[in-house]
Amino acid sequence: MSAQMAEYDRDLFHPEEEPHHAEGSSTMLGFWIYLMSDCLIFAMLFATYGVLGTSYAGGPGPKELFELPLVALNTSMLLFSSITYGFAMLNMTEGKQRATLVWLGVTGLFGAAFLGIELYEFYHLIHEGATPQSSAFLSSFFTLVGTHGLHVTFGIIWLVTLMVQVARKGLITANRRRLMCLSLFWHFLDVIWIGVFTFVYLMGMLR
Amino acid sequence: MQTTTHPAISPILGRFTLESLPLHEPIVVATFVAVAIGGIALLAALTYFKLWAYLWKEWFTTVDHKRIGIMYMILGIVMLLRGFSDAIMMRLQQAMAFGNEGYLNAHHYDQVFTAHGVIMIFFVAMPIVTGLMNYVVPLQIGARDVSFPFLNNFSFWMTASGAVMVMMSLFVGEFAQTGWLAMPPLSGIGFSPGVGVDYYIWSLQIAGVGTLLSGVNLICTIVKMRAPGMTMMKMPIFCWTALCTNILIVAAFPVLTAVLALLSLDRYADTAFFTNTLGGNPMMYVNLIWIWGHPEVYILILPMFGVFSEVTSTFSGKRLFGYTSMVYATCVITLLAYLVWLHHFFTMGSGASVNSFFGITTMIISIPTGAKIFNWLFTMYRGRIRFELPMMWTVAFMITFTLGGMTGVLLAVPPADFVLHNSLFLVAHFHNVIIGGVLFGAFAAINYWWPKAFGFKLNQFWGKLSFWLWVSGFYFAFVPLYVLGLMGVTRRLRTFEDPSYQIWFLIAAFGAFLVALGIAAMLIQFAVSIRDRKKLVDVTGDPWNGRTLEWATSSPPPDYNFAFTPIVHDGDAWADMKARGYQRPTSGYKDIHMPSNTGTGVILGALSTAFGVGMIWYVWWLAGLSFIGILAVAIGHTFNYKRDYHIPAADVTREEDARTAALAGAAA
Amino acid sequence: MPGTRFFPVRRSSPTTRLPWTKGCLTLPLLLLGACNTVVLNPAGDVALQQGNLVIFATVLMLVIVVPVIALVCLFAWRYRASNEEATYEPDWDHSTQLELLIWAAPLLIIICLGAVTWTATHLLDPYRPIERIAKGRPVAPNTKPLDVQVVALDWKWLFIYPEYGIATVNELAAPVDRPIRFRITASSVMNAFYVPDLAGMIYAMPSMETKLHAVINKKGNYAGFSSNYSGAGFSGMRFRFHGLDDAGFAAWVAKNKAAPLPLSRGNYLKLEKPSENTPVMRFAAVAPGLFDAVVNQCVRPGTTCMSDMMRHDAGDTAAMKHMPDKGNAQKPKPEEALTGGDAGEAPTKNPKDVQQRSNASPSNPTTL
Repeated sequence: MSAQMAEYDRDLFHPEEEPHHAEGSSTMLGFWIYLMSDCLIFAMLFATYGVLGTSYAGGPGPKELFELPLVALNTSMLLFSSITYGFAMLNMTEGKQRATLVWLGVTGLFGAAFLGIELYEFYHLIHEGATPQSSAFLSSFFTLVGTHGLHVTFGIIWLVTLMVQVARKGLITANRRRLMCLSLFWHFLDVIWIGVFTFVYLMGMLR
Repeated sequence: MQTTTHPAISPILGRFTLESLPLHEPIVVATFVAVAIGGIALLAALTYFKLWAYLWKEWFTTVDHKRIGIMYMILGIVMLLRGFSDAIMMRLQQAMAFGNEGYLNAHHYDQVFTAHGVIMIFFVAMPIVTGLMNYVVPLQIGARDVSFPFLNNFSFWMTASGAVMVMMSLFVGEFAQTGWLAMPPLSGIGFSPGVGVDYYIWSLQIAGVGTLLSGVNLICTIVKMRAPGMTMMKMPIFCWTALCTNILIVAAFPVLTAVLALLSLDRYADTAFFTNTLGGNPMMYVNLIWIWGHPEVYILILPMFGVFSEVTSTFSGKRLFGYTSMVYATCVITLLAYLVWLHHFFTMGSGASVNSFFGITTMIISIPTGAKIFNWLFTMYRGRIRFELPMMWTVAFMITFTLGGMTGVLLAVPPADFVLHNSLFLVAHFHNVIIGGVLFGAFAAINYWWPKAFGFKLNQFWGKLSFWLWVSGFYFAFVPLYVLGLMGVTRRLRTFEDPSYQIWFLIAAFGAFLVALGIAAMLIQFAVSIRDRKKLVDVTGDPWNGRTLEWATSSPPPDYNFAFTPIVHDGDAWADMKARGYQRPTSGYKDIHMPSNTGTGVILGALSTAFGVGMIWYVWWLAGLSFIGILAVAIGHTFNYKRDYHIPAADVTREEDARTAALAGAAA
Repeated sequence: MPGTRFFPVRRSSPTTRLPWTKGCLTLPLLLLGACNTVVLNPAGDVALQQGNLVIFATVLMLVIVVPVIALVCLFAWRYRASNEEATYEPDWDHSTQLELLIWAAPLLIIICLGAVTWTATHLLDPYRPIERIAKGRPVAPNTKPLDVQVVALDWKWLFIYPEYGIATVNELAAPVDRPIRFRITASSVMNAFYVPDLAGMIYAMPSMETKLHAVINKKGNYAGFSSNYSGAGFSGMRFRFHGLDDAGFAAWVAKNKAAPLPLSRGNYLKLEKPSENTPVMRFAAVAPGLFDAVVNQCVRPGTTCMSDMMRHDAGDTAAMKHMPDKGNAQKPKPEEALTGGDAGEAPTKNPKDVQQRSNASPSNPTTL
C-alpha cells in the first residue's frame, strides 16, 4: 500500500480514479477488533475465576462437582462444530450453496448439542445444591461457562439467520462476508472453550 | 451481610409504586416542573414549526458522520448543564452546612455527587470527545464517511439512551448513592437495595455498547479510509490521538462491561463476587474498575492533546514542532495507561513494593506528557501567534494543565497519597486536569471547528467573556479545594464542624458561580452567533488559514465531504496544497457513492431504554419483550441489503458550482 | 468546643493566633498559615515525614513547572502576531538537541522523584513498625507498642485496647511518644481510618485486616474521621483522638474501666447496627477474640469464621467440623440498637434516631 502511495506525482492534487472503498472493505478488520474486545471480557471472567476459583465457602470444589467425561464429550461437540463450519466455508469458496447450507446445519446441530449438554450439567449441579449463589467459586464458574454458553446461543441464532439469508439470496458477496465473520466468531468461541476446558475443568481436577 | 428476601414485586409494575416518585423533595419537584414546562414548550414548538419530519429525516436517522458528531456535541452540552447543576448544589451545601444540616439531606446529597461524577464523565466528556472525533477525523483523512455509517448512528442512540436513563432517575425513583464508581459492598443489594445502583448499571452498560462500537468504527476508519498518499506518519496529529484513544476505548470498555455485569449478577442473582461472605472479594471490583478507569482518563485527554496540537500549529502559523516525538509520546501514554491503575488505591495496603511500582509507572507517564507540553511551547517559539479564542483556551490549558499534572505526580508518591488520598486536594487535582485539559480542549475545539460545521465564526465578545469567566472561575473554585485538602478535609462530606473551613468553601462557591456565568456566556455566544450568522459568515471554508484537509472543503462540507479525494504529500496536507498553488477543480464531477439513512438506530436505542427500565424496576415482561424486540429489529435490519445510493453527478455539480460562485463573490 | 481547631492553639507563629476571619482575608500565604494546613504541619512523626515528602516533591517539580509556565507566558507575548520584530520561522519544526532536552528534563526529575518514592514508600510503609519516635529519637529497644484494634461500623468507630481490656466508640487516646500499632477492619462496607495529625490513612475493609504504625508527639485533641465514603451517615463518622501524657492516659484508661457496660458479643451486635452522629461510648471489658471474630465475620453465634472456611477450602476438612452451620449467617432479627445511653457516658443530646441503611430496604413492603 505504502509503496503505491509513494508513487503519486508531486503535482497531482487528486487521483484520476476516485479511491474506491468497497462496501464492507473494513468489515473483517472491524469484526476482528470487536472479537478482541469480546476476548477481553472473557479475560476478565477468567481473571475473576482465577481469583475466586478456590473460594468454595466450605462447599464443594471442582473435584466433587465436575464430571470430566461429560465435559470431554461436550468439548468434542464444539470441536466437531468448528470442523464442520470449516467444511461449510470450503464449500462456500467453491460456490456450492446447498452443501454450504448442509454443513452450516450440521454445525448448528453440534452447537445445539453442546448447549444441551451444558444445560444438563448446570441442571445437575444446581440440583445437587451447587448453585451460583453458594460460593464465589461457583459464582465465577457459572458466569464464565454461562457467558460462553450465551455466546454459543447467539452464534446459533446468527447461524440460522445466515442460513435463511443464504437460502434466499444465495452466496452473494455480502453473505459471504457475513459467513466469514460468523466463522471467526465460531472459531473464537472454540478457542475460548479450550481455555475453559483446560483452566477450569482439567486444572480444577488437578487441584 | 446480604439479605435474601425480596418484597412482593408487582407483575405489572415491578417494584414501581407512587412512592417511587420523589414528591417529598421540593427541589426535585420544582426541577421537574421546570423541565416539564420547557420540554412541552420545545415539543410544541417543533410541532408548530413542523420540524418533526425534518428532524427525523435529516438528523435522527442520519448516517452522516458530521451530523452524528454534532448530535453528540449537543448531547454533551445539554448534559453539561445537568452535571453542572449538581456541582452548584454541592458547592452550596458545603458552603452552608457548618454546624447545621445544610439544605440537602443525605439521601439527596449522596445522589447529587454520584450523578455529578457519572454525568460529567460518561455523558458530557465522552459524548464531546466522541462527537469531535466523529466530526473531524473523516474530514482530516479525506474520507467520505466512517467505515460503518449505520453503526455510528446506532452508537449515538445507545449513548443517548444511557443519558435518558440517567435523567429519568432524577424524577422516577432515585440515582445511586455510592460515588461514581459504585464500589461494593456499598453498591451491593444489601447496602443499596433501591433502584439507584440499577439505574447506574444499566445506563452505563447501554451507553457503553455505543462507546465500544464507536471505538471499533473509528479505528477502522483511520486504518482503512485514509486519502491516497496519507501514510500513518503523514496523518494529522489529531487523528493519531483519536486512533490511540479509540484503541484505549476498545481495550478498556470491555473491562467496565464485565465488571458491571458481575456487579449486576451480585445484585440480581445473589451471586458472591463482591460480597463480604462466601468467598467474595470486594477488592477485586476496585481493581477491575480502575483497570478500566485509568485508561478512561486518557481516553478523554488524548484527543484534546490532538486539538491543542492542531490549534497551536494553526494559530502560530507554523508546522507542529516535533511531530514524530508527539506521535511516540501519544503511543507511550496509551501503553502506560494500563500500568498505573493501582495508584487509585495505594491506601488499600498492597505493600510497599507494589505501591512504589505503580507510583513510579505513574510518574513515568508525566515524561511523554511533559514532552508534549514542550512541543507546544516550541511550536509557539518563532511563530506568529494569533490570539483567537481557540488559542486563548490553549494557552490557558498549558498553564492550568501543567499545575494539574504537577499535583498528579505528587499524588503518585504513595506516602504523599496516604495523606492526600480521597481529600479535597485529590478532587481539586482531577478537576484541574479534566476541566483544564478536557473542557478547555473542548471549548478550543468548538471555537476552532464551529466555522467548519456551520459556515460562520463564533462571536468574539461573548466568547472572550466566557473564557475569562471560566478560567477565573476555575481557579476560584479549585484553589480553595487544594487548600482544604492540605487542611485534611476529605471528599463527599455533607456537613462540617470546623468553622475555619467555611471561608474556603465560600470562595469555592463563588468560583462555581463564575463558572455558571461562563456557561451562560457561552450559550449566549452560540445564540448571538446564530443570530448574526450573516455577519460572521465564512465562505472560504478556511477561516483560520488551516493546515489540514478539513479546511480544503466548503463550510459546512457537503454530504460527500470532498467532490474529489485529495492526494496527500505532506503532514500538513492542506498547507502544502496551498503552498503549491492548488486550484480547486470546477468541472468533471462524477456520481458519488454514499450510505443511506436508516431509522434502525433510533428504534434500537428506544428499545434498549425500555429494556433498561424493565431491568431497573424488575418489570420483567417489559425487559423480556424489549429484548426480543431488539433481537428482532437487529436481525430484520440484516435482511436489508440495499444500504447505499449514489449522489448523481448533476447534484454534485450543482453543489460545487454554487461554491464556485460563492468563492468568486467573496474574492470580488 | 475546647480543643477543636477553631482557633489553632498548637502553632506558636503569630499569624495562627489571628481569628480566621481576619487571618484568612489577608495574603494567601498568611491564609495558609492561619488556616492550619494540618497535612503539612502534623503532630505525629509519621504524618510529618509524609507531609515533608509532599513539600519536597512539590519543590522538585516546581524546578521544571515554573520555567515551563514562564516560557508559555514569554513565548505567548514575544511571538504574538502584532510583534513584527520577532523572528518568524514557519517551517522550523525539528531540532534533535531540543528534542533530547525536552525528553531528558522531565526524565531527570522523574528519576530523582522515583528514587525518593521507592525509598520513602518502603520506609513509610504503614505495615512496617516505626523505628523512630521523632527525628533523632529512635524507638527504645523493648518498647511495647500500644495495640489498638479499630473497627469501622455504620457509622462510628470502635476502638478496642486488648492490653487494657477496654473499648471506646468515637474516642481514641494514646500516650505521647509511645508507638501505636493499629489493626483495622470494618463491619460492613469500606471506610478509611484517618487522623491527619497522626499518620496517613489506610482503608478499613470488611473481612480484611489492614495495619498502621504511628506515634503522636504532642499532647492535644485531634480530629479523626473516615476518609472513604461509606453511605448516608458518613459525614458524622468523626472521632476525637487524644494525645495524652502517661498520667493522663492512665486516668483515661481508669475512666473507661469504670464504665458500666462490657462489650460482649451481644452488645457488639447491637452496636453494629447503623446509627448516625453517635456520641462517645465506653466499655469496661471486651469479649475475648472479638476483633478476630469481626474480621472473620463470625461474631454472631452459629456463623462460620472466614478463616475456618478458608482452611477448609485449602483442604483441611476438619476446619469447619465444629461449626453448626455451613456458609452464611441467617438474616438477623430486628433488635434495639445500642446507643450511648446504654454504655455509660450520657450523650449531651438524644442521639439521632437509628436510621436503617436505606429508606427503601427490601424488607419494607413498599410495593403494591
